[in-house]
Amino acid sequence: MLPEMQHLESKTQNAAHRIGVFGGVYSNYLALNALLKDSRAPEIQHLYCLGDLGAFGPLPDQVCELLRETGIPVIQGNYDNSVGNGLADCQCGYTDPRDNYFARVSYDYTFRHTNNDNKTWLRKLQPEIRIRVGPYRALLCHGSPRKTNEFLWETTTSDAFLDWLFERYDTDIIVATHTGLHWYREPSPGKHFINCGTIGRPANDGQTTVVYTIISADNAGRLKVDFISLAYDHERLAAEMASEGLPEEFIRTIRTGWWTTCNEILPAKERARGNY
Amino acid sequence: MAFDNPTQELDHLDTLWFQIAGTLCNLRCNHCFISCSPENHTLGMMTFDQFLPHLQDAVQLGVKEFYFTGGEPFANRDLLKILEATLQIGPATVLTNATLFSRQVVTQLVSMRDASIYSLELRVSMDGFSSETNDPLRGPGTFKRIMRGIKLLLDGGFLPIITAMRSWPIERDEVELAEFKACLIDIGYRCPRIKLLPSLKIGQEALRDHGYSDYDYITKSMMAGYDSSQLICSNSRIVSARGVHVCPILVDQSDSILGTRLSSAKESFELRYQACLTCYQYGALCSNASSVGVNLETMRLSRSGPK
Repeated sequence: MLPEMQHLESKTQNAAHRIGVFGGVYSNYLALNALLKDSRAPEIQHLYCLGDLGAFGPLPDQVCELLRETGIPVIQGNYDNSVGNGLADCQCGYTDPRDNYFARVSYDYTFRHTNNDNKTWLRKLQPEIRIRVGPYRALLCHGSPRKTNEFLWETTTSDAFLDWLFERYDTDIIVATHTGLHWYREPSPGKHFINCGTIGRPANDGQTTVVYTIISADNAGRLKVDFISLAYDHERLAAEMASEGLPEEFIRTIRTGWWTTCNEILPAKERARGNY
Repeated sequence: MAFDNPTQELDHLDTLWFQIAGTLCNLRCNHCFISCSPENHTLGMMTFDQFLPHLQDAVQLGVKEFYFTGGEPFANRDLLKILEATLQIGPATVLTNATLFSRQVVTQLVSMRDASIYSLELRVSMDGFSSETNDPLRGPGTFKRIMRGIKLLLDGGFLPIITAMRSWPIERDEVELAEFKACLIDIGYRCPRIKLLPSLKIGQEALRDHGYSDYDYITKSMMAGYDSSQLICSNSRIVSARGVHVCPILVDQSDSILGTRLSSAKESFELRYQACLTCYQYGALCSNASSVGVNLETMRLSRSGPK
């Protein structure tokens, strides 16, 4: 664990039968507002945010303020760790020069527009949360239980590796975000890996909606995972991004639902589903 | 010359490589870092029966993904059977020169890709964007054969990762990449995936260009503040017909063998080779991630395991 993260410790929140999980807010306060007002949300006992509050979108303080007001438990993503600790980059884990160029543009903007009080709050966010969902022990994290910026893609993560994670981290459910693409698999009976998607930008599927996840356990203890497609005023977000001088490539993603950047990190099958 | 070399532990076996074609290749590239050729029998082809026990071990150890290299993997007649078995277990990447593809082979690859929940990546080595720039490295006539192989893959719906060794000054990367993209777009690859690799100054490449200097080693002091997860030996091993080696780069070094099975090859490794320095400098050297060089300020968010 990094020295600056040593004061952070996992918390076990109260148990529930139906939770909502979202991540990758990327300054999209309009989608966050839509989620909080979503007609499906009242049935949720607890909401959890899996981190990366800034990046990509406009005016990052708005998301911080909204989450602080609501008291929703928030996990620290790599972006939050960077902004909170004043690091030089977002630690997104990209290796391609074009991806890194846009990550740099996005990070510089977000860092400049996050106030010091919110930076302090981001610095103190917890690295993981452990809860119970029905009979299941659940571990909520940003990238993976072992590494905040690890990419666990649906088509490059073996069942054997997931089983290793469940055993090593002593849990039945792992929920992550980070990749930006939602997926769910039960590699062994009673063990569930869920990527809850992101509400900050579309899922590279040509839709302008974004995704959050409802996880519920019924009376018989069966787990149900629902990916919720969430509409919000994406044209307003695009207009605000333009007025803030954010890259045209980002705005096009919001308007079309196709990723225009960060494609080089995608595995073959995920890449083939996109448009670029 | 003695250096104070650090040792690297295997944190977890994330990636398992197979030297599936040994050092046997239908080409004889003059920059190959393990000097593969049709006559180099230092490491032999692996059969399906030699491969299978290691795949079974990998499941027990929680391996995340599998890579196949050589030599030329498609020169191994068991390869398709091996890939089919692998894709039932996890994702697979094959490093190939793309000169041995037929439409029939690509059709079989398409079938196994579509039947699996995992990705099948084809990584095609091409070292120039024309016959004039590629063939001096990979051999006469190879550019046309490689392009034909890429076209067959594109026709099968694959998005191959084109890898090129940087045989030009790093300042020319942008210009060279633009040329690569243009020639690939010409054959219908709309958004080409390209990975540039630094040269490993061993094997044939040491003769073609030059080897490492006497001082090109990693020292213990260089590991301070360094994210060692960038080193392939922290998360990978490679199996050949001879046993389990520490990494794909050192596979033809006699003392790179750590054991006969994966369970006995977990020991830490002293980073005593000069090629270790290239891995240290560039990171993500062997994985699929597009890489022109890793910003060492990134990817440092490793967390300790549970107490």
